[in-house]
Amino acid sequence: MDIHFEQVNFTYQPKSPFEQRVLFDIDLDIKEGSYTALVGHTGSGKSTLLQHLNALLKPTEGKVLIGDRVITPETNNKNLKPIRKKVGIVFQFPEAQLFEETVEKDIAFGPKNFGVSEEEAKVLAKENLTLVGLDDSYLERSPFDLSGGQMRRVAIAGVLAMEPEVLVLDEPTAGLDPQGRKEMMEMFERLHQEKNITIILVTHLMDDVANFADYVYVLEKGRIVKRGTPAEVFQDVAWLHEKQLGVPTAAEFAQRLIAKGVHFDSLPLTAEALADALLAQGGLAHDE
Amino acid sequence: MMNKLILGRYIPGDSLIHRLDPRAKLIASFYFIGIIFFANNWQSYLFLTLFTLGSIYLSKVDIGFFIRGVRPLLWLILFTVALQIFFTSGGEVYWRWGVFQLTEFGLRNGIFIFCRFVLIIFMSTLLTLTTPPLELSDAIEYLLRPLKAIKFPVHEISLMLSIALRFVPTLMDETEKIMNAQRARGVDFSEGNLVQKMKAVVPLLIPLFVSSFNRADDLATAMEARGYQGGEGRSKYRVLHWELRDTITIIAFVILTIGLIYLRN
Repeated sequence: MDIHFEQVNFTYQPKSPFEQRVLFDIDLDIKEGSYTALVGHTGSGKSTLLQHLNALLKPTEGKVLIGDRVITPETNNKNLKPIRKKVGIVFQFPEAQLFEETVEKDIAFGPKNFGVSEEEAKVLAKENLTLVGLDDSYLERSPFDLSGGQMRRVAIAGVLAMEPEVLVLDEPTAGLDPQGRKEMMEMFERLHQEKNITIILVTHLMDDVANFADYVYVLEKGRIVKRGTPAEVFQDVAWLHEKQLGVPTAAEFAQRLIAKGVHFDSLPLTAEALADALLAQGGLAHDE
Repeated sequence: MMNKLILGRYIPGDSLIHRLDPRAKLIASFYFIGIIFFANNWQSYLFLTLFTLGSIYLSKVDIGFFIRGVRPLLWLILFTVALQIFFTSGGEVYWRWGVFQLTEFGLRNGIFIFCRFVLIIFMSTLLTLTTPPLELSDAIEYLLRPLKAIKFPVHEISLMLSIALRFVPTLMDETEKIMNAQRARGVDFSEGNLVQKMKAVVPLLIPLFVSSFNRADDLATAMEARGYQGGEGRSKYRVLHWELRDTITIIAFVILTIGLIYLRN
């Protein structure tokens, strides 16, 4: 399912004394099966933008095309559920959305809202709990007895159980330990590869962008200021530094090597790419 | 939804009214609400209205804010006014139908009640629009101090008040976030009948309560870690200063009272 933004503008509390314009002429293209990253400063409008992806917010100008649905400022609030089923959003700190008595009920809550039967929802709950790396023994536990990381997993399982075609992740690893962070990102990558789920990732971590995304949008003050593949976007290191966005660790390190006279055909973005490039140059040369 | 509410918001500014001591403003607002009930003819209402408009003018806040502040309460006001108009007897009777009647006194009372409501809302909106919540809670703490004599826990109440005020916007944000998260999971907060709507609130309320508990726990720990041991022996960072303009405000209200007594019949 493709998502397409056409000249989207958004203003909070329009025509009131507290009016605040957040998005300016956003054009966005998300192809089915792609892995798109949205980066930008806090307050650049990322979170507002992602609420447009499943019609939680409607543009104040312009239109959003989600699959075959068109969302315009005039769109009625009724009958948006089919969109919400197809586009699952994992919000920042999703553990705050847990409320049921047991983990199983909480995960099954989403599917049941979309008309899945009780039994099927239970099966989905079990499957998705395994998917996020927790075993069946957690099914009957109260979500409030779990650790923060486990709660996060349950919350994500709750979104995955709706079997969305598009998965929107708003800083899914914020506040997790490095191991949990790695596992989580690898899980999303697996879903992307195996189930061909379209992923939209909002993040501050340029390493994740370099490792996983195939397209990047850079937002600044509500405008898209750069777009392209990670290789294109991260090429301009000086520009990124100027915007205080940073570059992936590998690229940062490669920069230092360049300063010392090493030549790269293109700036390596991941540790593997960097290692490959160095090996190709006969990295062991000075051992002779 | 909540965004439409103007009453209770603060708009930063730098006018005479903004700079007044919050104690003066608080006393004045309450006093105003008290004396508004003394007005009993059109001259006195006109006088009060002019006084209110003058205060609004001095605050340099757009009058539109105040009118918008009345809007959410409009139905309540109209309902009360309608009750007054149709059920008050006395004076010349213009129209009658069963228990309903339109009389001279009724009309008069209706109009007066309407003025009263609007003026009270205007004045309290003026207070909250020009006073940051923390200053208000400082003022309340100060004004409650005499109650210490009867063992009233003034410090605790004012601490609770300032913490509550501080967390209102945070909780509103949180509500919004959880609402969005649940909407994304297929909850519909606006559709269905009353029972369905009430059921839809559960996934919102429970996480809110849970996060409030957690927040309270964290906050209490953080306060203790910073050496908080209760109200005894604490000094103050924000100190209120009573200045000449505050005295003048109080004098203005005394003049207002004298004028009102003179105008009423």
